[in-house]
Amino acid sequence: MRELFRRQPRFTVEPQGEDSPVVPDDLWVKCPRCRELTYSREFERELRVCPRCNHHFRLTAAQRIAMLTDPGSFVEWDAGLEAADPLGFAAGGESYPDKVATAKRKSGAREALITGSARLDGRPFALAVAEFGFMGASMGSVFGEKLVRAIERAIEQELPLVTVSSSGGARMQESPFSLMQMAKTTAALARLGEARLPHIAVLVDPCYGGVTASYTTVADVIIAEPGAMIGFAGPRVIEQITRQKLPEGFQTAEFLLEHGMIDLIAPRRTLRAKIATLLDHYALARRQPARRTAGAAASAQEAPDA
Amino acid sequence: MPETLSAWERVLLARNPARPHTQDYVADLISGFVELHGDRRFGDDPALLGGIGTFRGRAVVVVGHRKGSNTQENLTHNFGMPRPEGYRKALRLMQHAEKFGMPLIAFVDTPGAEPGIGSEERGQAVAIAENLLALASLRVPTVAVVIGEGGSGGALAISVADRILMLENAIYAVASPEACAAILWKDATKAPEAAATMRVTAADLYGFGIVDEVIPEPVPAHEQPTQTIQRVGDAIERHLSELEAMVQDGDAGLDALLAARYQKYRRIGRWVEETDPTRHPNGPVPSHTAD
Repeated sequence: MRELFRRQPRFTVEPQGEDSPVVPDDLWVKCPRCRELTYSREFERELRVCPRCNHHFRLTAAQRIAMLTDPGSFVEWDAGLEAADPLGFAAGGESYPDKVATAKRKSGAREALITGSARLDGRPFALAVAEFGFMGASMGSVFGEKLVRAIERAIEQELPLVTVSSSGGARMQESPFSLMQMAKTTAALARLGEARLPHIAVLVDPCYGGVTASYTTVADVIIAEPGAMIGFAGPRVIEQITRQKLPEGFQTAEFLLEHGMIDLIAPRRTLRAKIATLLDHYALARRQPARRTAGAAASAQEAPDA
Repeated sequence: MPETLSAWERVLLARNPARPHTQDYVADLISGFVELHGDRRFGDDPALLGGIGTFRGRAVVVVGHRKGSNTQENLTHNFGMPRPEGYRKALRLMQHAEKFGMPLIAFVDTPGAEPGIGSEERGQAVAIAENLLALASLRVPTVAVVIGEGGSGGALAISVADRILMLENAIYAVASPEACAAILWKDATKAPEAAATMRVTAADLYGFGIVDEVIPEPVPAHEQPTQTIQRVGDAIERHLSELEAMVQDGDAGLDALLAARYQKYRRIGRWVEETDPTRHPNGPVPSHTAD
C-alpha cells in the first residue's frame, strides 16, 4: 500500500492550488485542521489522512482509483468525451470553453467524472469517480453521459457499480442540460436496480446539490468518509436565507448518520475492505435461489428500492 | 406575446404573484377534486398540493407546487418551496396513481426546494432523488406543465414526465438567476444577465429538445387567467390522449411507454466525442449520440 499513489503513471496528478496540503519542500504536510506537521511518507502511508486528528484530505480521482482497485486493473471507459458549449455561456469575461480548458490544465483530467471497469482483490466491478479538481466535479452533460454509459455497461456485463462522489452540484454553465442529468442518471440506476445489480455510493468531502439529490442517494448502500460535508443546499446559503445559526456538526457525515441518511461511515483505510465485503455478499446473493428475476421485479407495486 | 421580451422580463412574468397558480388550475380543470394531505412520515407540506379528481373524463392524480397570491398566503405556503415531506407526499401520490392506473398531472411552479436546517435533517436530497427514481419507472402516463418557475431540483422532483409542457412565460433552470449571478459574477444584481446566459425561457428549452411543447400566452397569463388555464388544459388533454393510446394494450404498452420515457431523458446532453476507436477497449459504445 505504501506506493499506492505512484503506481499508475497515467494518474500521478498532484493536487493544485490553495488546497494542496504539501509544503514546498515536499517533506512535511501541514494539516489544515490541527496544524500538525506529518512527514510526507507517513502521510501517503496513511492514505492522506492526518494521523493526529483523522482529517481526511481530499483525493484526486486518480488517487481514489489507485486506492480502490488492483494495480493495472482499471480500464477507462469513454475517456474521449469532453464538454461542449450548448448555451454559448460566458460570465465575467470568461467563456465556458475557456473555463473547461483551464480546468483540464489544472486538474490533468478531461472531465469531472472518470469511469471504467476494474478489479478489487480480483472482484470485477464498474467504477465511477468524480474529480473535484475539475470545476468542483460539477455534473454537466459529459458527467451524466459517462455515468449512464457506465451503468448500461454494468448491466450488460452484470457488474456491480461503485460510485465515489464529491461535487458542488449541477454545472451552471449547461443549465437545463445539467439539471436533466439528474433525471437521466437516476433513470439509468432504476434499470440497474431492475437487473438486481448493486450500487454502492461513496460520498466524500464535499458533496452537494444535484449530485446529492440524484444518483448518489438512491444507492443500495451509502458510505461516507469521516467528517465529509454532505448536503443539498450549501451551509452559507442556508445561513443567509434562514438567518439561523447552524447546529454543531451540521451536514457532516456523522450528522447524516445520526439522522438516518447514510448507511455507514468508513474511515479511509477501511473503505477498500468494506466495499470488498459488500461485493462478496451481493455476488453470493446472485447465486441464491430466492433471487427475483428481472421480469418478476417489474411489478406495479414496487417501492423505489433500486 | 412579443418575441422581443427579454429573458429577465419573462422571469418577472413567471414570478408575478397574480399569475394563475396550481390551485387555480385544479379549481378550473379538475372536477370533484379531493385534496390528500401528508406524507405518512412526518407532516403535511403546504408548499405541495396533491389529490385525486377527474380531468375531462378520466380519474387522475394531481400534484403541484403551491404558491400564494399575496404575502400572507406565501408565508403559509412557504413561497412554493417544498420540504422533504412535500416530496414524500408527492411520492406517495405517484404510487397511488400507479396503483389505480390514474395518469399523473404535475403543475410545476417553485423557486426551488427549501434550503433549511430541518429540510437537511430530514433528507431533502434523498427525497428529491427518490422521486426521480420513482418517476423514471412509474407505470402510468405522466404529464408535467411548467406554469411559472421551474426552479432546479425542486422542480425536477415532480416533473420527470413522459411529456413536459411549458407556458410561454414560464422559466426552467438549474439555479435561480440570482444564485447563478452570485456564484459566477459574485454579484446577485447581475441576475438579468444570468437569466439570458442560462437560457431559461420556454423557447430555449423547446429548442434544446427538453420540453415537448410551448403553450402560447397571447397576453401574459395573469391578464387572461381563465383562457390560459383552458389552453393549458387543452394541451394536457392532447398529450394525455396520445399517451393513453400507447398504453391501451396494457403491459406491453406500458413497457413501450417506459422505454420511450427512458430514451427521452437518455438522449439529453451535448458533448464532444473523440472517435478514435482504440480509446474504447470495450468496443463501441451503445448507439446514443449527441444531438
